[in-house]
Amino acid sequence: MNPRTIRPLLMAPVFSALGDPMRLAIVADLCKNGPTTTVRLTTAASVSRQAVTKQLQTLQVAGIVSSCRKGRDRQWQIEKLKLKEACAFLDQISIKWDATLDRLRRFVEEGPQE
Amino acid sequence: MNSNQIEKKIVLNAPLERVWSAISESKKFGAWFGVEFDGPFVVNSPMTGRVTPTQVDADVAKLQEPHKGKPFHIFIVEIVPLKRMSFRWHPFAIDPNFDYSREPMTLVLFEMSEVEGGTLLTITETGFDELPFERRDQAFHANDGGWSHQTKLIEKYLALANHMS
Repeated sequence: MNPRTIRPLLMAPVFSALGDPMRLAIVADLCKNGPTTTVRLTTAASVSRQAVTKQLQTLQVAGIVSSCRKGRDRQWQIEKLKLKEACAFLDQISIKWDATLDRLRRFVEEGPQE
Repeated sequence: MNSNQIEKKIVLNAPLERVWSAISESKKFGAWFGVEFDGPFVVNSPMTGRVTPTQVDADVAKLQEPHKGKPFHIFIVEIVPLKRMSFRWHPFAIDPNFDYSREPMTLVLFEMSEVEGGTLLTITETGFDELPFERRDQAFHANDGGWSHQTKLIEKYLALANHMS
């Protein structure tokens, strides 16, 4: 596919998953402290393990985190590429708006007066 | 950029009425944007048009030339004269080899007000977290209905991305 193609469909699940304070806090924790276990994340979040696991699963479905077994626990880590992709996606649209608005500016400031 | 929405503010050195007509009149909109619409903008209506090189920038016009004639669709949501206009669209959907029809549409809002030196125009684009209809069931399940938190969180999240780079 053309790299210029902007596809919200691919990014919507990521933005949707990040649009929750508790999930974002988990993402922040993983970014700051690196890979860690469900047990430690549960302690940090001061909510039930069940609640944390549910949020982690949502993040995993969206591709933002991945996990592997660690004894009787599970270790979680950030999928950096996915986060960076989401940033790049918004940047791409932002840049296009800058160019588009520059054309509007020229149209209203320099175009033919009525 | 400071959220999961895109926001742009620009002060245009032109009277409000002039800015309003450049945005709300489909012909003028098309002249700077680079599209030719089939008729005037009407609320709650799909607008069809075709890409046509912009009249205000020769370099951009050259870039648009290969896409000339490609269909362009927006859906007008709201028109409040001299204040705001919004539409839904597939953001900058110009890849001629890609079918955008199954992609979700975002909402673009133009708002304007008079300020010293001209007109303040604010553009916000939202809805990047909205999934297309046929995928919503799945998403609802995954999120356990957590759709209520569509807040501005990406600022923090961008900071996180920088943090780990």
